[in-house]
Parts: sequence; structure tokens; C-alpha cells
Amino acid sequence: MISMKNIRKVYNTGKVSFEALRDINLEVEDNEYIAIVGPSGSGKSTLMNLIGCLDTPSDGEYYLSGRKVDSLTANELAGVRNREVGFVFQAFNLLPYASAYENVELPLLFSGMRSKKRKKRVVDLLNRVGLGEKLQNKPTEMSGGEMQRVAIARALGNDPKLILADEPTGNLDTKSGAEIIKIFDELWETGHTVIVITHDMNIANHCQRTIKLKDGMIYNGNGFPVKKQTASAAGLN
Amino acid sequence: MSPSIIYNIFMRDFRKQRKRMLLTLVAILWGTMSIMMLLGFGEGLKVQFMKGTVGLGQGIVIMWGGQTSIAHEGFGKGRRIHLYESDIEYLKKNLPELKEVAGEYIRWSVEIRQDDNILSERINGVFPAYRDMRNMIPEMGGRFINQLDIDLKRRVAFLGDDVKKRLFGDKEAVGETIYIQKMPFKVIGVMKHKVQMNSYQGQDEDVIVIPATTFVSIFGDPYLDNIVYQPNSMDNTKALEKRVFEVMGARYKFNPDDDRALSFWDVIEMTRMTNNIMIGIEIFLGIIGGLTLLIASVGVANIMYVSIKERTREIGIKMAVGGRRIYIVIQFLLEALGITFLGGFFGIAITYILTEAFKRVPIESEAIELLGKPTISLEIGLVVVLILGIMGLLSGLFPALKAASVNPVEALRYE
Repeated sequence: MISMKNIRKVYNTGKVSFEALRDINLEVEDNEYIAIVGPSGSGKSTLMNLIGCLDTPSDGEYYLSGRKVDSLTANELAGVRNREVGFVFQAFNLLPYASAYENVELPLLFSGMRSKKRKKRVVDLLNRVGLGEKLQNKPTEMSGGEMQRVAIARALGNDPKLILADEPTGNLDTKSGAEIIKIFDELWETGHTVIVITHDMNIANHCQRTIKLKDGMIYNGNGFPVKKQTASAAGLN
Repeated sequence: MSPSIIYNIFMRDFRKQRKRMLLTLVAILWGTMSIMMLLGFGEGLKVQFMKGTVGLGQGIVIMWGGQTSIAHEGFGKGRRIHLYESDIEYLKKNLPELKEVAGEYIRWSVEIRQDDNILSERINGVFPAYRDMRNMIPEMGGRFINQLDIDLKRRVAFLGDDVKKRLFGDKEAVGETIYIQKMPFKVIGVMKHKVQMNSYQGQDEDVIVIPATTFVSIFGDPYLDNIVYQPNSMDNTKALEKRVFEVMGARYKFNPDDDRALSFWDVIEMTRMTNNIMIGIEIFLGIIGGLTLLIASVGVANIMYVSIKERTREIGIKMAVGGRRIYIVIQFLLEALGITFLGGFFGIAITYILTEAFKRVPIESEAIELLGKPTISLEIGLVVVLILGIMGLLSGLFPALKAASVNPVEALRYE
């Protein structure tokens, strides 16, 4: 699914340059459920943005579903984001003036889905996250948990294999957070690859694999799938 | 890039963000409207001013006799100079610079009767040339004094439109008889209403005009009250005035430098001054228009600018879910064009409707008459719309372009 080799990300803000990520080597297989944890400023979000093609690495190679994506043009990246990645943000990032229906419809508009099919798809997605009754509600008329479920429905629009969530429960109460995590569980069970940034160790422990970041590096050695590690360990023995 | 995607996104957001779009639209509409109205009424005022000046006469100078102040050729000073009918031919013969010359007899407070209506009015005895010089145009169905009336000393009268109303009301006057000092006169014409801003003996709408020869035979006036002349060229009327002094001085034995002997009212010079005042007013209105445009531009820019944050986030979100840059840019461009077009269109349309309505309001007031007929200029309207549109683009599109040129993460983070 994901293969990152020696990824480095440097931010240049005027005279100062800041190395947000370095020596990132990450392999993710299909249908994994991964948590990324680490203190603030450790580069979690930067890594997530790179994985989700919202940003491009300064150095290194990145293969998504076998395709090299680290040097694609802006348009090609837009296409990747549209079809292959579903991104869920901590701050929801819904269009404030648009209804739940219209927010979920957005990626489908960009992929050029036909109107009839699109309509059915939007309703299906909102039903799936339990918001079939609130199609016409605007974000301001919904609770945090509901907004995040709209965001998840939007992320699932073009049926991407990879679901990325940057602290999806960070702005939610425990109960709503648990509901959101339940949806991610279901997605994982139906074959999606799910990667979640979190501060909540309960959620992290709930995942198959936990990647710990510190100072822009993966420091718990979990950059590779468990199977691969054991296999290499077996090779060593 | 697919047109249907652009269309879908555009139409959806256009409906959704109605409030901001409407505000921008109104700002453009209002700006266009106020500038067009301002300049339109200014133009109308100018036209009426010009007409009003022409109301007295076009390219004419009015001359009347005075009193000598310099002793000359054995005559003492203080001698009255009178103008006689024979001066008309004399001036024509000796001053080829004059295109037309006419004389005028005046008598105030003459008794006029029509049925039971008795008025006390001013009577002018004139020659046919007077008509064009003083812009006394008859209404349809009537005529002015002609040469035959002069030759035969006919008892015919041409009425100012106001005195006609006071004598006849709304009834037809041409062909009817009025009595001037108990003598019957046939009405041959009524003056077409005109805007007259200047006069030397009262408004022309209040006068009763009869042939000069008839006038003399009734009232026995020995000399003319005025001579009105029209030069061939409107340039240098002062020099021509000097020539008139020389020619008339030779005839009546006064010093050509004696500026008290004859008096002039140079309508040509006055028209020129009125022109200059109008140019001044136009410049003034232009400046106000420019400032209004500036305010309207700031209004448009302000509405665009306050929404940059919101819109940058919007762009970030769209790009994050896979919107291509070109869709976003085209959407903003269409928005700006759409708003500008609609705002401009309605602004021009409303201005048109209001000015047309104004022209049709039947208010009989001289002030309103002077304000006249607002003449809107489509060119000015289009220029205003264009400028406001460019302001909208500058303040709305460029921040959007900037937002679309960074990666979505930065656009989402914009504060």
C-alpha cells in the first residue's frame, strides 16, 4: 500500500529552515490498522500530509499503491487525493455554507461522477455513517461527532483504499470519539487501510501497529509491518 | 478539465454564497447607478443650460441707444442717441460683417382683451428676421410675422405661450381675434415653449408680437427700443462692437470712443461664459463621480477582502478532496465576471428606468425644467462597471489565485 524510503521534509520559512521529518522509512501493507503517536511537533501531521499527498517530500521516494507519487504535478496529486486517499481532519474542514449532502458530494463533483449516480452515492454514504436523517443540515446545525461523521462520509466518497485521520477525536467528547473509532474499525474490517494520528493511548493500543514519532523520526522501530519484522527475524535465526 | 464539473461547482457555490455575492453585486450596482445618475443629470443640466441660453437668441448682440459723454463735432455732451428704423438698412449696408439686423419696438402695459379676459401686457413691434434671431418658433398650425404683414401693416398678432394660456386657456388661439387697445387683431401663431434663462425686457412667453409697421401706426413711436444684430462670425464680437461705434458715430456725430453713446448686450459672449461655467460644473461632477467610483471600488474590494480567510480555507478544502487548481481558478473568475456582469447590467438598467421615469414626471416647475432631461451615457456606465469589475478581480481573484498556488495544507492553515 505505502512504501516510503528515506523521506525528508524541510520547511523553509525565510532564513530559518526546519527539518520536520528525516530518515523516514515506512512500509504499510493493505488492510493494516495503524496509529501514529508522538508529542506535539514530532512531525505526525507532516508525515500524515505526505502520506495523503497534501504535501510533497523534500527528499526520498514515496510509492502509493505501487505508484511513485513523490514527484507528481499538482494536478496529478489532486487526482490521487480525490480517488485513492480519504482524509479526515481534526478540525473537520467542512464547507460551512454547504449542507451535509453538499459537503459529501464535493469529491464526487471533482471526480466527475454523473448526477444520478452521485446522488445515490451521497445518500448511501451518509446512511452508512448514521446521518441519513440530516442530509440538509449545515455544519453549524450539527454536533462535533456528526460533523466528523460527515467528514468521514466525504473521505469515503470515491471509495479510496486508504483512510487517513489526523486526530479525528481530538475535538470530540469521549462518547462521540468512541463512535468515530467504531466507524474506523468497521472500515478496517471491510478491507480499508486505516492510519490514525492520536494522543489517546486507548485508541493506539486498539490498533494493530503503533508508530512512535519523535523529533521527526520513527523511534520505536515500527516502520515495518509485524509480519515482515518476524520474517526478517526468522531469517536471522 | 471538464465543463460539467466547472458548471456543477460554480452553480452550487453561487447559490450557496448568496449573501456575499448579493452584497458585491449591490456594491457594483450602486456604484454604477450613482455615477451614471450623477453624470446623467449633469449632462441634462448642461443641455438645458445651453437651450436656456439659446432661448434668448443664438449668436446675437442686442444694442440700444444711450447718451453721449464726450463733446464731438460741435455737439455738447449729454445728447441722447436714438435708434431709428432706417439704421437697420444703414447698418446692413455699411457693415458686411453683419449677417442679419432687426429692430424692435416695445410698449408696456397695453390693454389686451379676449372675450371677458382683460390683461395688461407688453407689446413688441418687430420685423420677420426677429424670429430666428430670438428663437421665437411658432407651434404647428401657426406662423410668425412675415414681410407681407409689414408691408400691409396688418393687424395680426403672434402670442407668447404663457400669454396665450392666460387669454385662451387650452382653447385654440390661432385664427381667433384679440383686442389690443380695443382694436381687433387676428392671432396668427403661438410661440413654441422654450427654456429661457436670460431676458432684457421680460420673458418671451409673456409677449404679444405684432408687425413693426402696425405698431408704429398705432402707437406712433418715433424710434426703436433695440436693434438686434447677428454677426457672420461669433469670434471677436468686441472688435465688431468697435466697428458699430465707428459706423453709428459717423451717422449720429458722436465720438466712436464714446462708450456711453450706445449700449450692448453681447449674448454671444454670455453664451461663451455659460459654456465655461458648464465645463466647470462638468469637471466638478467628474471629480465627484471619480470619488464615488473610488468609494464603490473600496466597497467591492472590502467585501472581497474580508472573505479571503474563509475563501482560502474553502480552497484548501476543495484541493484536499481532489479539486484541481484550474477548477478553483475558473470558479473564482466566473464568479467575479458573473457578479460584475449582473451588477453592471442591473445598475445600468435601473439608472435607465429611473431617468426615463423622471423625464415622464409631469411637474411644472422651472427648477425641474432646468434639471431637465437626464441623459445617461452607456459608455460611462460600461467604464464604471469595468473598473469595479477589475477592482473585484484584484481584491478577490488574486488572493484566490495565491491560495490555489500553494499546497492544500498551507491553504487549510491560513489565518
